[in-house]
Amino acid sequence: MEDMEAKEPRRTGTRLCCLCNQRRAALKRPKTLDQICRECFYEVFEEEIHRVIVDNKLFNPGERIAIGASGGKDSTVLAYVLSELNRRHNYGLDLFLLSVDEGITGYRDDSLETVKRNEVQYGLPLKIVSYKDLYGWTMDEIVKMIGLKNNCTFCGVFRRQALDRGAALLKVDKLVTGHNVDDIAETVLLNILRGDIARLSRCTSITTGEDGPIPRCKPFKYTYEKEIVMYAYFKRLDYFSTECIYSPNAYRGFAREFIKDLERMRPRAILDIIKSGENFRISTSTKMPEQGTCERCGYISSQKWCKACVLLEGLNRGLPKLGIGRSRGLDNGDAKDTRQSSRTKQIESKSCGTLDF
Amino acid sequence: MACNSSTCQSSCFRNEDNINNVGEHPRDTVPIETSKNRTSVEGEQPSPCVKCKTNRTISAVGSPSGENGGDAGKFCGDCFRSNLYGKFRLSVTSHAMIIPSDNVLVAFSGGSASSVVLQFVHEMQHRAQKNFEASRDRSLPVFGVGVAFIDESAVYPVASNKYDKSIQQIKSIVYNLPPPLKPLHIVPITDIYPSDSGGKDRLGKLLDAVNDITGKEDLILHLRMLALQKVASEKGYNKLILGSCTSSIACHVISSIVKGQGYSLSADIQYVDARWEIPVVLPLRDCTAQELNLLCWLDGLKTVELLNSRRAGINSLVSSFVTLLQEENPSRESTIVRTAGKLKAFHFNRIPEINDCDMPLATQRRIKRYNQKPQESISSEFFCPICNSPLDNSELLSLSAHDGSQSSKLNVCCCSSCKFQILPKDPTLMEQFYLLLPQQLVSRPKSSNHGNISLLR
Repeated sequence: MEDMEAKEPRRTGTRLCCLCNQRRAALKRPKTLDQICRECFYEVFEEEIHRVIVDNKLFNPGERIAIGASGGKDSTVLAYVLSELNRRHNYGLDLFLLSVDEGITGYRDDSLETVKRNEVQYGLPLKIVSYKDLYGWTMDEIVKMIGLKNNCTFCGVFRRQALDRGAALLKVDKLVTGHNVDDIAETVLLNILRGDIARLSRCTSITTGEDGPIPRCKPFKYTYEKEIVMYAYFKRLDYFSTECIYSPNAYRGFAREFIKDLERMRPRAILDIIKSGENFRISTSTKMPEQGTCERCGYISSQKWCKACVLLEGLNRGLPKLGIGRSRGLDNGDAKDTRQSSRTKQIESKSCGTLDF
Repeated sequence: MACNSSTCQSSCFRNEDNINNVGEHPRDTVPIETSKNRTSVEGEQPSPCVKCKTNRTISAVGSPSGENGGDAGKFCGDCFRSNLYGKFRLSVTSHAMIIPSDNVLVAFSGGSASSVVLQFVHEMQHRAQKNFEASRDRSLPVFGVGVAFIDESAVYPVASNKYDKSIQQIKSIVYNLPPPLKPLHIVPITDIYPSDSGGKDRLGKLLDAVNDITGKEDLILHLRMLALQKVASEKGYNKLILGSCTSSIACHVISSIVKGQGYSLSADIQYVDARWEIPVVLPLRDCTAQELNLLCWLDGLKTVELLNSRRAGINSLVSSFVTLLQEENPSRESTIVRTAGKLKAFHFNRIPEINDCDMPLATQRRIKRYNQKPQESISSEFFCPICNSPLDNSELLSLSAHDGSQSSKLNVCCCSSCKFQILPKDPTLMEQFYLLLPQQLVSRPKSSNHGNISLLR
């Protein structure tokens, strides 16, 4: 009987899973290049995330946790896996879905439909906060006013605050986002390339903003993007995969491309970048921005006003260039801004957030 | 480049020359177009050198093929040259890289950085010599200069006639420098083994045992350093000068990050690296490859490209990535180096204090140490035997938990990057690998690391 089984794979030319040695290998695991079967893939994938959660003490029993849900693959897999693990390992968490409605017709309205289905599928209560309610502007209106340059700056700055506000409305203790290891590796490189030492020092920490009102954490910090896609595909999860209409990734950024090339050559390089980022020892004599609060809205800010208030002020006064780029003033901004944005897209892949949350 | 953040320090907009073009042709703007566009836009008269305001810029006089980046459009030849030499001189004097009593060895590969560093060191020596002859008391001695070329033909085979030609070229470059005569040491890389032990064979087997193509290349680099250290030590030099420039250091920063060496990275990229027996100094740290190439073209400095080793694997991927970024923004490489420079350096990243009473007072007075005031630094006691990088905490933990044979000792002593890309995975091959390593590497863990690790804990 055993003999039969041992012979069979050789005859058909298929390999057995190298973890269970029983079932046929269905995929090559991107992280380790092991040939494994579907069931073992689910298990190692979920178990790794469980270990990350436990080892880093991301959650405490009884906590209310908001999952930043865009309807994209990362956040959908995150919502699914977290609710599974919460049940399986008795984390004792109250999970919520938190979505931001940027007001992008033909994109966000469709992806929100996905999130609404996820609400039912996973039985997680959903809260949607909209730019219109919070700021009085939808992205459609903003783009109509400022055009397709720098629009991602507005969206990114507003989203960050919107998530915090939504989390406060839900009275949650923590916010989790679906940033995966590819995203974080890209951020490490970008911060080196642009000389942003302050962000470099914090971009690899799994939990950020612990001194702020609502800490954020990234349970997918060590999870490969490719594996997330595979997991969503094999589990047939219901996710939305269209790119934002205002930031089509027609060409992916240099940094992203570089990371994909690296992964092809040496899969573990992505984890090595994270390891490097964690091991950086930044000289204490380096000037770091001081954190304070915005004088207008009370949000955390290193400047007098937070970025969102500066941008919003510009919008409301009809001066949308306010607060964009290096210059804070109006007189020397214009010419440089446009050039800046045309460069932006070359080096960075997604300033806009299909995956960001 | 996204510089929406207020903390951006990449000086994306400082270079006015490039703003004009980069926006419209983001990827394929070559510097040559910049100068053409400028002349056509601004009319017949291109603006003069930004420094002396009289002479015409290099690109206006006639630019070299493809090598006239930002500086060619800004400076005239003389100002460009003195600017570059100034950067070199500043790093030499402010870090006490060369003092009058020194005998320095220039590592010469034949590339443009090597040629420039040799030329500059020579100029410096020449000036010192003139001062020496002019001074009445002759209290300041002139430092000595030697040149070393590591012959890697055992590793990267070249046709013998090409090889002979290159060696001839190197000799003519070094010996045609005006006096004082600089001794040239042509050292085969196999010299890291004792002369009677079949070095070429051992080296070949050692490299064959490394499967990873990047690992193999890195190992050759480490062995080259070993060879340089050996010749410097044997021939009585006390400093080793490398031609590493901003561009090559930027590549090293990115590739170290990619290999997980974020902890040890800052040790390699400082002006001074005194963890070696003979301290290593990098006086061209603030000069980019474009500048060095331009100077070689301007002054007709000869380069020997043939024996340059090719880059492969991850290193080649990184260098094409950095080249791409540099094309997109000409200050990108220096931003990378500046950012990485904000990481804490190690205690050995400075020339050790010399408390030598024998040294003449005049020499002592000459040593400037503005960048030598005690800064915060990391002190590290344990180094990877292969790449000599300081070990981080997790690597130290595995080190302390170990007891076993010599060869498996190597496995725990190494940094995680060397473990992955250089050491063989198979324990039986490991034994063999250990025996193939040059003695200097193997003896390092024994003497410094393993003796006192038990005392430490």
